[in-house]
Amino acid sequence: MIACRDAVERLWSYLDRNIDGAQEDELEQHLGLCRHCCGELEFAKQVRSKLASSADTPLEGTARERLQKFAQRLGER
Amino acid sequence: MDVHAAAPEAAPSFVTLIEPHLDYLYAFARKLCGERMAAEDLVQDTLLRAFRAQDSLRNRERPRYWLTKVLLSASADQWRKDAPHEHDVPLEDERFSLFDTLVEEDPLPYSDRLHLDFLDLFDDDSLTASLQRIHAAHRTALVLAYVYGYKAREIAELTGTTTGTVLARLHRGRKQLEKALWEYARQRGLLKGEPRT
Repeated sequence: MIACRDAVERLWSYLDRNIDGAQEDELEQHLGLCRHCCGELEFAKQVRSKLASSADTPLEGTARERLQKFAQRLGER
Repeated sequence: MDVHAAAPEAAPSFVTLIEPHLDYLYAFARKLCGERMAAEDLVQDTLLRAFRAQDSLRNRERPRYWLTKVLLSASADQWRKDAPHEHDVPLEDERFSLFDTLVEEDPLPYSDRLHLDFLDLFDDDSLTASLQRIHAAHRTALVLAYVYGYKAREIAELTGTTTGTVLARLHRGRKQLEKALWEYARQRGLLKGEPRT
């Protein structure tokens, strides 16, 4: 069985589906037996979720006006 | 002559083309630059470049993807000047585990969901600030992959590199992010007993 260090190295690639079949099998075998790495996997999911939830920073009103005016000035050229 | 034939539609104005994407461009620029004014400057630079190449924009089926590429080009020109070399991640950062550090340091002793509560300390501004501690090339890959959901091969195409390089940047970026979140929380006094700065 692979060591925890190797398993943790693969977790994000596993979630990204950027891992080959043999490595995936080894990881899943490890996760089936290791509570610590299951915790690491859950935390990796939470960090990813945190990043994804930050996608929609609203554009402040004055910044929006400035950028719209900038685009309009470009369009008038 | 068919007098009822529809008149040819006027081409949409530049403003009409970019307006639906302004929020996205600004949010993306904030993640890459951190500061609001720097983000606004980057979006302006992007709009200028897009305007100069707008014929290309009009013919695109995925304008947002195309605008992303323009913004990344503008951003890369900036960070290549500021930090031209990708730094190796120090060995101590390679070995750093935020998951383990939280268990060992127990910075939120009253929490029964320690790891989630730690992440809840971060609002959008503090998450953006933490991202600024990561090398620009690694940060760019992280933001594209995990904030906006691009696949590694798309990131390679968007940033003009190989998928292998993107995967390496994501790996380094994730390790730096773990350290950056921990250091930010410590230095800003978000944890127990730390003076707020």
